[in-house]
Amino acid sequence: MDKIILEMRGITKTFPGVKALDNVNLKVREGEIHALVGENGAGKSTLMKVLSGVYPAGSYDGEIHYDGELRQFSTISDSEHIGIIIIHQELALVPLLSIAENIFLGNEIATNGVINWKETFARTQELLNKVGLKESPPTLITDIGVGKQQLVEIAKALSKKVRLLILDEPTASLNETDSDALLKLLMEFRKQGMTSIIISHKLNEIKKVADKITILRDGGTVETLDCHHEDISEDRIIKGMVGRDMEDRYPPREPKIGETLLEVKNWNVFHQQHRDRQFLHDINFNVRAGEVVGIAGLMGAGRTETAMSIFGKSWGHKITGDVSIRGKQVDVSTIPKAIDAGLAYVTEDRKHLGLVLIDNILHNTTLSNLEAVSSAGVINDHEERRVASDYRQKLRIRSHSIYQETINLSGGNQQKVVLSKWLFTNPEVLILDEPTRGIDVGAKYEIYTIINQLAAEGKGILMISSEMPELLGTCDRIYVMNEGRIVAELSKAEASQESIMRAIMRSGEKH
Amino acid sequence: MVTETKTTQSVGDYLRANIREYGLLVALVVIMVFFQALTGGVLFRPVNITNLILQNSFIVIMALGMLLIIVAGHIDLSVGSIVAFTGGLSAIMLVKWGIHYSLVVPLCLILGGLVGAAQGYWVAYQKIPAFIVTLAGMLVFRGLTYLILQNRPIGPFPKDFQSLSTGFIPDFLYFLNPVPGVITNFAALVVVLVLVGLAIYYGLKNRKLNDKHGTENEPFAFFAVQMGIIAVVAIFLGYQLSTYKGFPNVLVVMGLLIALYTFITTRSTIGRRIYAMGGNEKAAKLSGINTERLTFYTFVNMGVLAALAGMIIAARLNSATPKAGVGFELDVIAACFIGGASASGGVGKITGAVIGAFIMGVMNNGMSIMGLGIDYQQLVKGLVLLAAVFFDVYNKNKG
Repeated sequence: MDKIILEMRGITKTFPGVKALDNVNLKVREGEIHALVGENGAGKSTLMKVLSGVYPAGSYDGEIHYDGELRQFSTISDSEHIGIIIIHQELALVPLLSIAENIFLGNEIATNGVINWKETFARTQELLNKVGLKESPPTLITDIGVGKQQLVEIAKALSKKVRLLILDEPTASLNETDSDALLKLLMEFRKQGMTSIIISHKLNEIKKVADKITILRDGGTVETLDCHHEDISEDRIIKGMVGRDMEDRYPPREPKIGETLLEVKNWNVFHQQHRDRQFLHDINFNVRAGEVVGIAGLMGAGRTETAMSIFGKSWGHKITGDVSIRGKQVDVSTIPKAIDAGLAYVTEDRKHLGLVLIDNILHNTTLSNLEAVSSAGVINDHEERRVASDYRQKLRIRSHSIYQETINLSGGNQQKVVLSKWLFTNPEVLILDEPTRGIDVGAKYEIYTIINQLAAEGKGILMISSEMPELLGTCDRIYVMNEGRIVAELSKAEASQESIMRAIMRSGEKH
Repeated sequence: MVTETKTTQSVGDYLRANIREYGLLVALVVIMVFFQALTGGVLFRPVNITNLILQNSFIVIMALGMLLIIVAGHIDLSVGSIVAFTGGLSAIMLVKWGIHYSLVVPLCLILGGLVGAAQGYWVAYQKIPAFIVTLAGMLVFRGLTYLILQNRPIGPFPKDFQSLSTGFIPDFLYFLNPVPGVITNFAALVVVLVLVGLAIYYGLKNRKLNDKHGTENEPFAFFAVQMGIIAVVAIFLGYQLSTYKGFPNVLVVMGLLIALYTFITTRSTIGRRIYAMGGNEKAAKLSGINTERLTFYTFVNMGVLAALAGMIIAARLNSATPKAGVGFELDVIAACFIGGASASGGVGKITGAVIGAFIMGVMNNGMSIMGLGIDYQQLVKGLVLLAAVFFDVYNKNKG
């Protein structure tokens, strides 16, 4: 049992402008369950993509040794071939195909292209027995729940003769019973000698199953904890995850907080797709003039959904609750009405939801407020150009002109164009959803500076971010969300990475 | 920190950046010259130029609406059937019920708008793909046409209605004509000269305004050459027409509509929003644009233009038949794609679609004069469409 099955040495992976992984080391022994933890963006998923060949050899620095040999995978099938199987957070099943078809997709039991259904169903049944899933092989994926789908993914991995199973947040979308079943299954596999790497935010689950815990932070390895040598507490793990010093990464600001601008009361929202599932429960919060308010939480906590449901009901359905601006109740039932009421929402997904990428800076800047540069439906070209040039200068958008297509801009500059668009609507409250995601450090600082300026002008800022240091560095007050509820409200003095994490963990245990 | 790299573009850079538009214009000219040679000079005869305009006007008119639909990210396969349907309706009202054409024309335009609305509703509000909705519409309105016409052509039309399509602008300047023996419609020549003068004047004025506001102009040499070519071609065509019957009424209608839709697409908020919606519907929606309503209106607009085309065709053939407009949707869509519109939406220009329509028209006309059958015509048109779109894709990948 002491054989090292996998060793990743000095893995460094850079994306344009961002170093996602910096000299990461990971050692996994055969037959153990190895947990990989870290904040969002710490590099866990990137590391696993390097391991599985999603990022091919040559696109990163460092070495991967598996089974004592140096390996260089150029595709996923290379790594699958020798038994490394990754199950992603978003399951890769085809909903309208059956369980059996999904398990053997791309790997069909066939002779000369003709599928042997009898054999397929028999083998599927065997695999389903192994993972303890009581469904028949011809059942369609769409007809079974997420928990069972997760098991199908594992059965699929087993069909490929898996030796090292990687699970990326396997329990994120599962309820407690399903999670427990899954963890039990992993422990069962461990007895049979299979190795697994599990990425998870749920520290209590990790405590339950993991033999070793490797902590990543900011793209680097912090430490590997051995759960059999010492008793590792959740606080110990959290400290490892967040324990970085706050340098001068955030421009200073003297908050001048005024009257309440935005007030949201008793906000309840049902899920957009699963229409009978309530997703947001009794959300109450407010943002005051000149204040930067943060919303912290893990992925899937409902932060983006809260923002979008308020912004013209652009997410969810059966939305109830009150929104008022400056104490006056406003109608935010459509996006134009929300904009008129004084709201602006800067999306977390600027490429798909924020910009018309094939269009230029000029046209993107004025898109939300074309009326302001036109009369009787006719655009005043010169006025429009003046506005776009103004914002280009004010926000320091690096581009050769306002005619540059936004697809050719860097992430930071794209974000500034989206900000220009919303600033031009002259909102009272700006909701910024992950405003610095995928942006290099220099541009982040500039975005923070812009946020500070806006607050100084008396606007209210609601900032959603998965980077806790960023929230702590910029916000005057932080709400913590988990599983569709606001579970804590922390003043600047109370807020720390530990207190936020604790609020999340504690609320998770209650439900 | 802002890096100002505002350098004046060289002519070569400019040409490379705008190769699509100039390439299209050059292609049209090459095709025209090619057929002029092959047909032994028949193509540019005044009577043939007039024919070219009459034969292609309805394709051009429908291409204006189709371009908006394609830019918005949709497609409309039903326009051929709407042509037949509205043509049939106009025939029934004019011939059977004896209603005056001044009432019939607006009525049919409204009915066309309703037909477009009926389809736009499903696309915009029920989110059914336009391909399916308009495929259904294509069948439904073809069927309705057979029903209302009871399988028989209706005609002939009153003279005044026919003149919508076959009439000419009278020579209101005949008393000034210096060479009555050569020029038979002096007004046509004067109008062309005035329009060319206005185009040059406004072109120069706009350049000056751009300079004043610090906006980059295309290189002057380019502007001059471009204006020169347009002026020469326009004056040549105007002269040719003036030696025949002058401007067809349809040309005026078409010209005004081209101007209107160019304005809408380049200067109006509606146009801008259609491009934004086609470029990224979700982003446009989150920017406060009512994308459903906008989609709906593009289909209403298409219906109105198809109704206009339907009446022009009926008037030209002097009868409404259930088979009118079969396959027109393909010519119209091809015109837009040859003109550089993108099948995924967000990209395309009115001028491109118009030139695309004329490229198709000149090829049809040239091949007909040469006596090539419909077999070869289809073959060549198909290859030209593929080549034009390949040129786009090639350019995109290279750039």
